[in-house]
Amino acid sequence: MASVSDNVMRFFRNSSNHTVTPAVPQKLTRRSSGMGEISRLLNSQDGLCVLDMGATSANNIRFFTNKGHKNYSEDLLRSSLDPALRMKDDSGNSVVDSKKFLDENLLYSNAQFDVVLCWNLSDYMEESLVKPTIDRLWSVMKPGGLLLAFFHTRDAGPDSICYRYHVTDTDMLEMQEVKFAPPGRPASDKQSPRLQRVFNNRHIENLFRDFASIKFFLARDAIREVLVVR
Amino acid sequence: MDAPQVGEFAHIGKSVVIKGELSGSEDLYVDGNVEGSIDLRNHSLTVGPNGNVKANVSAKAVVVQGKLDGSVNASERVDLRKSAVVNGDVTTQRIAIEEGAFLKGKVDIQKEAGRAAGLAST
Repeated sequence: MASVSDNVMRFFRNSSNHTVTPAVPQKLTRRSSGMGEISRLLNSQDGLCVLDMGATSANNIRFFTNKGHKNYSEDLLRSSLDPALRMKDDSGNSVVDSKKFLDENLLYSNAQFDVVLCWNLSDYMEESLVKPTIDRLWSVMKPGGLLLAFFHTRDAGPDSICYRYHVTDTDMLEMQEVKFAPPGRPASDKQSPRLQRVFNNRHIENLFRDFASIKFFLARDAIREVLVVR
Repeated sequence: MDAPQVGEFAHIGKSVVIKGELSGSEDLYVDGNVEGSIDLRNHSLTVGPNGNVKANVSAKAVVVQGKLDGSVNASERVDLRKSAVVNGDVTTQRIAIEEGAFLKGKVDIQKEAGRAAGLAST
């Protein structure tokens, strides 16, 4: 006859054999100084126009609309991967048609937005689209409006995971890995977009040279937050 | 939401193409192509996974599983399911957006007098 302790041990051994751990996506959070500054603006005024250029996020829509602001969503990274935008240049290389891209995206009135959230778009978007996109953003932002962008530092490495950002509090963000299926591939073939380049401080200053001011926040996770005033 | 049982909804099947103004006084399930406008006032519209709607929509509740190009005005709520692709402005009291849904446009949450507006995430 088995002892009580044998039965207890058998119970745990059996339960461990049958336990299936569900694959729960890891949720990472980060404190954002830039988002903190934007939240101060959002808390001080009503009816601001916010353009969120990350993947559609219920969190972000809730955060902004609960404060009485208007939320516009436009997932520009996903739009930039549209195969219909690709064309051949003079050398026969496949490139993205930046003119067509801007004919179909970011179609807003001049000086419409008080806040623009670029997140890490510039690091993952095709090179030829980055400057025209920033120039278009300058046009659609109000003078004095704020733009928040994240840039990787070299320490991040080329295989850095592309995250989307959900605002959970005034200066807290939840990070979730972004994955897309390449054009023409099934949804099961989703991949994280590749980091296209790493901007140094001078590149970033040049990118936003038409804006009124720029402020850098360095973080420990190999990300520079950049808060730009139009 | 799964495809509704026949009889619960007016049903536009996936091989059907309609161009023009569509209005009604019962719930509508669209799994085909509709181009024009849809006005259901006090009833709900569901765009099924095969649905492709290019229309401004006005209804009590709107559920999108397929593609919708046009503005959405829902007096009660909007549900964007994970396969939804919506290009247009959304005006409603409540909106739920599943992970993976795509929305390009403005979200305007209308607050009804005496009742707090809300946005439900999933």
